[in-house]
Amino acid sequence: MAVAGLLEKVRNGLAKTRSAMVARITTAISGDALDEEAADEIEEILIQADVGVDAAVEIVDRLRERLRRAESGAEQIFVSLRKELCQIAGGGVPFDPGAELTGKPHVVLVVGVNGVGKTTTIGKLARLYRDSGRSVLLAACDTFRAAAVPQLEIWAERAGANIVRAQQGADPAAVAFDAVSAALSRDTDVVLVDTAGRLHTKVNLMEELKKVRRSLGKQCQGAPHETLLVLDATTGQNALSQARQFHLATEVTGLVLTKLDGTAKGGIAFALRRELGIPIKLIGVGEGEDDLQPFDGETFVEALLER
Amino acid sequence: MFDRLTERLDDVFRKLRGQGRITERNIDESLREIRRALLEADVNFQVARSFLHAVRDKATGREVLRSLTPGQQMVKIVHDELVSLLGRQMEPVKLADHPPTVILLVGLQGCGKTTFAGKLALDFKKRGRPPFLVAADVYRPAADEQLRTLGGSIEVPVFGLAETGEDADPVEICRRGVEAARKSNRSVVILDTAGRLSIDDEMMDELVEIRALMHPHEILFVADSMLGQDAVETASRFYERLAFTGSVLTKMDGDARGGAALSIREVTGQPVKFICTGEGLEALETFHPDRIASRILGMGDVVSLVEKAEQVFDGEKAEKMEAKLRQEAFSFDDFREQLQAIKKMGPLDQLMGMIPGAGKTLKGVQLDDNAFVQVEAIINSMTAKERVQPQILNGSRRQRIARGSGTTVQDVNRLVKQFQSMQKMVKQMSRMKPGRMKMSMPFA
Ligand SMILES: Nc1nc2c(ncn2[C@@H]2O[C@H](COP(=O)(O)OP(=O)(O)OP(=O)(O)O)[C@@H](O)[C@H]2O)c(=O)[nH]1
Ligand SMILES: Nc1nc2c(ncn2[C@@H]2O[C@H](COP(=O)(O)OP(=O)(O)OP(=O)(O)O)[C@@H](O)[C@H]2O)c(=O)[nH]1
Ligand SMILES: [Mg+2]
Ligand SMILES: [Mg+2]
Repeated sequence: MAVAGLLEKVRNGLAKTRSAMVARITTAISGDALDEEAADEIEEILIQADVGVDAAVEIVDRLRERLRRAESGAEQIFVSLRKELCQIAGGGVPFDPGAELTGKPHVVLVVGVNGVGKTTTIGKLARLYRDSGRSVLLAACDTFRAAAVPQLEIWAERAGANIVRAQQGADPAAVAFDAVSAALSRDTDVVLVDTAGRLHTKVNLMEELKKVRRSLGKQCQGAPHETLLVLDATTGQNALSQARQFHLATEVTGLVLTKLDGTAKGGIAFALRRELGIPIKLIGVGEGEDDLQPFDGETFVEALLER
Repeated sequence: MFDRLTERLDDVFRKLRGQGRITERNIDESLREIRRALLEADVNFQVARSFLHAVRDKATGREVLRSLTPGQQMVKIVHDELVSLLGRQMEPVKLADHPPTVILLVGLQGCGKTTFAGKLALDFKKRGRPPFLVAADVYRPAADEQLRTLGGSIEVPVFGLAETGEDADPVEICRRGVEAARKSNRSVVILDTAGRLSIDDEMMDELVEIRALMHPHEILFVADSMLGQDAVETASRFYERLAFTGSVLTKMDGDARGGAALSIREVTGQPVKFICTGEGLEALETFHPDRIASRILGMGDVVSLVEKAEQVFDGEKAEKMEAKLRQEAFSFDDFREQLQAIKKMGPLDQLMGMIPGAGKTLKGVQLDDNAFVQVEAIINSMTAKERVQPQILNGSRRQRIARGSGTTVQDVNRLVKQFQSMQKMVKQMSRMKPGRMKMSMPFA
């Protein structure tokens, strides 16, 4: 269900741009071999999906290599391209909210630049965990942005999760500490930590994030057990810079790609996967509670190259 | 990056040296480098293509000026072309003949509309035009409260669900909001709407309806400067439905190169009107095409840096400082004051990013704001007399200062030395003509 539903959502989003893209690929490889023109066309299509120049060039090179070994016709080229993309995008254990959790509480730190969808993702994630029978506590560590806490409170209510909050302007690391304490005393299964959006270039804000991270581990060994970096699928090449800096500061264990229900294709995921090797774990496909899906490489590529 | 592009182009043109002319034969390779630079800056593929055609026409057959390398010349042609496409002059917001002026904000989710609404309101308020905010987002959790908090912080009235009752839809909120603004004689009404996807027909219809009913004088498309290739698709869909009259680029305080600006301008023909450079409500700037052009090409934003500096080093203080420098009475107190001013300008690494070439020379150097903290601690541990007459700083005084500031005597020595060489520099500069002193900063 999940996969079919996801495909449907992403398909809807891509529907309007998809047909043109497929038509172009098919025309480009209507000849029997991957000639220069076809290779250029594929490279162009990848760049237009935000894959980035370097990654696109490399993918096309590898495609050439692949086709040298095999017989190539239009069909074969298409299959190979899909394989190539799957190889880059895939890997990693698919996210499963019902799987056994490391740590009690299992602490998930959610980070990212401004407005990418951290708080919404937390709301949706809380829903997923609640649906698999887990107790959930949200830590409102965004004490900075206007109405960040009320926003998270509404999500907590929707998902049936508890929340630990503090005054506007309070030290986020202190809130993080209190949240883990509360989770320990209430025997909560999962703590989801919402942090304020911050640009990766701001040294002091990245330091603040490190402090939040350290403070999570003070009472609960191994916490955070998961650090999710949320990226907006509409983002272009800057996502690379974001991922590098956040990874440096917080040791990111997984990526969440949001807003894939729009027209953006999220091709930056390939460049990220290629450069940093961090698995994409979840994708956001809407603003509703149920619009978070485990990432599946094949489905993702399928939706991108759908024909 | 700009330097890298220039270098790369110089390599390309090396063969060309002595020819003194950019020729068609050699231009292709350089266009490839430029194409890459544009794509890395997230300029849309198609937009980049037509742009390169224009550059090719402009560049072919051009004489290489003696004062420039061919790479520099090529970059200049590209830069000028970018500037002319981005729009030559900045265009302010159109104001209504009969107030209130109605401004409608639209855009994708999370791009920064609500924050920008607060910024724009503050800007109008400062310029003596009482603004009025309308919260027409009934979808995002706590959207109304977010705008209310922002409005409250700048003492601007906010109209929303609390005034209309919970059942009102966005069209109704806008209608009654503008009415309320008119009644209370506000001169500008800013309508903040929910973020939406351009392919969400129902949500786009809502905006079309608001537009038809309210006849906004200005519709601003708010766009995240980090947008990738999709900027074209999204902007043209919003433009098709709403014919927006300008755009706003947000989150420019990061390191995104902002190629989306060119894409949006190119496909809609509408000017960029504002630049947002921070989460605080004062972080609003007007648009300067040349700065964005430099940024797209990866060149440091020198003009912004200078402006920023001028803001914090206010005129009077700068003059006083200059007079002091002329009298060679520059003390550690002044030094500390300058440090504090620099700190106000923002994180160091961000400042350095604005200086062309700095990225290259400073690569690997950890630019730590803590370095400032240490210097300040040392100065704070000096007595008033020591700060004014640093020459009395003997060994035992230095030891005391080190202890007091939690640093080492070496640290103190280093600072005193730096300070002395600064004094020397200042002495030399004070022989230069007046007015040139504004930018003299420690470490500069
Ligand atoms: N279409 C769509 N919108 C989304 C998705 N995820 C989040 N959003 C919307 O994006 C906007 C920003 O989401 P938030 O969750 O507030 O983002 P954030 O990262 O917490 O923002 P800050 O805390 O301000 O940095 C909201 O309008 C969300 O409804 C998604 O997957 N698809
Ligand atoms: N660093 C930085 N952050 C910004 C800027 N403008 C807005 N933000 C932040 O971006 C996030 C989203 O801003 P909002 O104003 O809520 O965006 P929005 O478009 O109203 O979002 P929706 O209503 O959910 O569509 C918040 O965390 C803001 O503080 C900016 O210029 N620089
Ligand atoms: Mg948030
Ligand atoms: Mg908003």
